[in-house]
Amino acid sequence: MFSARRRIRERDRAAQTARRGLAAATVDAAELSEADAILDIQGLKTTFHSDEGTVHAVDDIDLVVRRGRTTCIVGESGSGKSATARSILQVVDNPGLIEGGRILFRAEPNGPVRDLAALKSQGDAIRSIRGREIGIIFQEPMSALSPVHTIGNQISEVLELHSDLSPAQIRERVIDELNNVGIPRADERVDAFTFQLSGGMRQRAMIAMALIARPALLIADEPTTALDVTTQAQILDLLGELKSELSMTMIFITHDLGVVAEIADDVVVMRHGKVVETGPVDQIFHDPQHDYTKELLASLPQRSAPLGEPEDDGADRPRATPPPEPATAVEVVSDPARTLRHEEASARSLLRIRDLRMEFDAVSGNMFGRRRKEKIVAVNGVDLDITEGATLGLVGESGCGKTTLGRCVMRAYDPTGGELLYDDGSGAVDLASLSQKQLLPYRRQVRMVFQDPYGSLNPRMTVRQVIGEPLRVAGLAKGSELDDRVEAMLERVGLKRSMASRYPHAFSGGERQRIGIARALITAPKLVIADEAVSALDVSVRTQILELLADLQDELGLTYLFISHDLSVVERICDRVAVMYYGNLVEEGPAERLFANPQHGYTRALLSAVPVADPRLRGTRERIVYRPDEDESEEESAA
Amino acid sequence: MLRFTIHRILHVIPTLIIISVISFFIIQLPPGDFLTTQVAALEAQGESIDPAQLDALRVRYGIDDPFWIQYWKWISNILLHGDFGLSFQFQRPVIDLITERLPLTILLGVATLLFTWAIALPAGIYSAIKQHSAADYTISVVGFIALAVPNFLAALVLAYIGFAYFGQSVGGLFSPEYVNAPWSLAKVGDLLEHLWIPVLVIGLAGTAGIIRTMRANMLDELYKPYVTTARAKGLPEGRNIRKYPLRIALNPFISTVGWSIPSIFDGEVIVATVLALGTTGPLLLAALKSQDMFLAGGIILIIAVLTVVGTLISDLLLAAVDPRVRFGKA
Repeated sequence: MFSARRRIRERDRAAQTARRGLAAATVDAAELSEADAILDIQGLKTTFHSDEGTVHAVDDIDLVVRRGRTTCIVGESGSGKSATARSILQVVDNPGLIEGGRILFRAEPNGPVRDLAALKSQGDAIRSIRGREIGIIFQEPMSALSPVHTIGNQISEVLELHSDLSPAQIRERVIDELNNVGIPRADERVDAFTFQLSGGMRQRAMIAMALIARPALLIADEPTTALDVTTQAQILDLLGELKSELSMTMIFITHDLGVVAEIADDVVVMRHGKVVETGPVDQIFHDPQHDYTKELLASLPQRSAPLGEPEDDGADRPRATPPPEPATAVEVVSDPARTLRHEEASARSLLRIRDLRMEFDAVSGNMFGRRRKEKIVAVNGVDLDITEGATLGLVGESGCGKTTLGRCVMRAYDPTGGELLYDDGSGAVDLASLSQKQLLPYRRQVRMVFQDPYGSLNPRMTVRQVIGEPLRVAGLAKGSELDDRVEAMLERVGLKRSMASRYPHAFSGGERQRIGIARALITAPKLVIADEAVSALDVSVRTQILELLADLQDELGLTYLFISHDLSVVERICDRVAVMYYGNLVEEGPAERLFANPQHGYTRALLSAVPVADPRLRGTRERIVYRPDEDESEEESAA
Repeated sequence: MLRFTIHRILHVIPTLIIISVISFFIIQLPPGDFLTTQVAALEAQGESIDPAQLDALRVRYGIDDPFWIQYWKWISNILLHGDFGLSFQFQRPVIDLITERLPLTILLGVATLLFTWAIALPAGIYSAIKQHSAADYTISVVGFIALAVPNFLAALVLAYIGFAYFGQSVGGLFSPEYVNAPWSLAKVGDLLEHLWIPVLVIGLAGTAGIIRTMRANMLDELYKPYVTTARAKGLPEGRNIRKYPLRIALNPFISTVGWSIPSIFDGEVIVATVLALGTTGPLLLAALKSQDMFLAGGIILIIAVLTVVGTLISDLLLAAVDPRVRFGKA
């Protein structure tokens, strides 16, 4: 009781200082560059000072967000788009500082205009804006929410801070809000922890938290980047609905031009902390002015045509780009004469997967319930042939078992059942039945490129050690011969020989992925498993890496198993595509055929969820939702 | 939670059995036994001992029995009768020797522990929040000095200061006139006057480690996205830090907090010996030197059991505060 009274007293005091602070930061409405602006950023500078130097993350930008519209800020990593969003609320990550400029914010259409940049970052004034008038959603809901507090607890906090409701009323409002964002059984889920929810549900909870105080402006900072393509489609739909329902304004930050085309009214393109182009979405996509915008659009491996429509002859299809200049080039030039796909491939299968099964034991149960052991079938009797010299794409959502399959082939996992018949021309060997020792020679023939170019390189090893390690442990080379081979490999993947003695932190994401590829190729493998190898990279860098992979395939006769959730990338480089759904292989076929005419309901749903990078086609496609039961009955009736 | 608790307790039992065997094995490791050392000592003084009496003693203590039989006699007496055996050296039951020193030992242990936490946790949190500030560096330097100075040296210096400037008697937890006096307010006051030296010495040495881990954990958590999320809700900074990063940063601390329980019991052997404190630490040292195997074994067993129990308590605490542990997700 005492603490509740004290808290109210404290809040009243805070409200008073907040009012004073806001009054001091109020500016004349005439200072807005446009009358209907809800947010007007003028000359904003946000700088990160560290021992390694000063980074101008946001470098003197001007930006107007009009009321009631969705403004997308697009850019690659390091462009300053996130720093801009965080500057608005003054929640820039340490050691970032807002060093100049004004952020004029007008919550009500004819209300007072306040300069948020003039407020103290820990003061009561800015706190009264945060959560109440401006809500924000972050990229990765798992880390953006506390793992040890229930979602209800974290959402309620917003109302505890910004309203006078009683705890019971707050709980009711939270459950309502969870219902609004489409969380089923909200009255139970309100007491769930983040790790008990799926990625999509977590992001919905995050949205509920951002919206519960009915802010006038919602900032969504890459809210769908960590989600599967079908979940992304649902979240985008939800945000669109909520925006019109609550008549909000939205700032949407993303690196994905497909998403921009789906939802934006206005687009702001950022690069190196500066705004390079702004305009309505249609103009940005169909009449881009700035070279960088054109580059971004060109490097976008977009799905060519909406479903069902006949494909044109491919003249305006984005094609692969020639190999980039080593290390630095961002220049992307289209070359319609080349494709990354193979017209024909040798018919022999390098790897035949037969009835592969992988089961994991999982312990479930809750605090009071009894623990029961469950078997999770991650890969459920998959048959798959990988043709020598070709690229097989393996697609599916997270948790569908595609990565597990790849790791089984690597024998990083020991499959529960089935055969992995590997045949490099000297007779088939079942990799699944070999002992660790017998497997050693094959470890050099089947190699892997990992997703995360940051996490997959040991920061305490030089590039020479990283790349040379597979040869060294196999006893294949040492001393100067080892160094020669490492340096030759570095050149082959487009890096410089002199870089061998550097440590991974000295490289950019794309360069690190080249190092990862060099490490995979140093043992002259036959089969390379690329597990989401380009997912963590920016679009322009992604194009370069895909190019590199294609060149290496031509030169070295490699076979790729390309695991990805990104259908546009798979469509572009794969000869055949296999689709997985909950451990089962639902469809497999030539890439052209599979994308043009998908047979299975899940494949159709997956394709329909991919954003089309053309704002003019917005709303022309029907979103297909896949429900396994219906599909089975469909197939039955068809048969 | 109930199931988790039962599960964890069941895990403790085999651990305890193995630990008791090992402690019994260790105290038997030195060559000879208590009787041979005793006889040697007596013969050196020119006395002789009646071989029949010696044999009777051997049979009584079961010294010539095989290892497993000796172990069984020892452990079954402890479990069934709470009888830890007889101290050869003092010719008194081990349990009496331990219990008479227990109150002071626990007092010293608990006081030290509270002192350590009261200093170290806030210092660690503060230096994380004010990273790279003068306060941060000062805290680190003081912590490292406390860690680096040998305990016995610090004890001697403080004892000297206490004697030279405050006129206290050196050593022990009481002035000579109170040692055998009945409890009174004056005796309590005297105790407190003496207590600060060991508490300060042992406590400060322990703070450095906790400050560093607390600071590192806190720094890991302070810049996590969920803290930014909370800030973006409009939560005041202090409340934010208390509710979110601190709660998670305390986990590693909680998961080792149980290990403090055995240290309450054995105290710091060296400091206690230097300061001649009437705690169990010096008793253990004496028992080990004279091969007084039941006394040494009893103390080692109790410390081992407390370690296991402490770990159990830590695990349960961690499960209580961290849902990820409770639901088996971490």
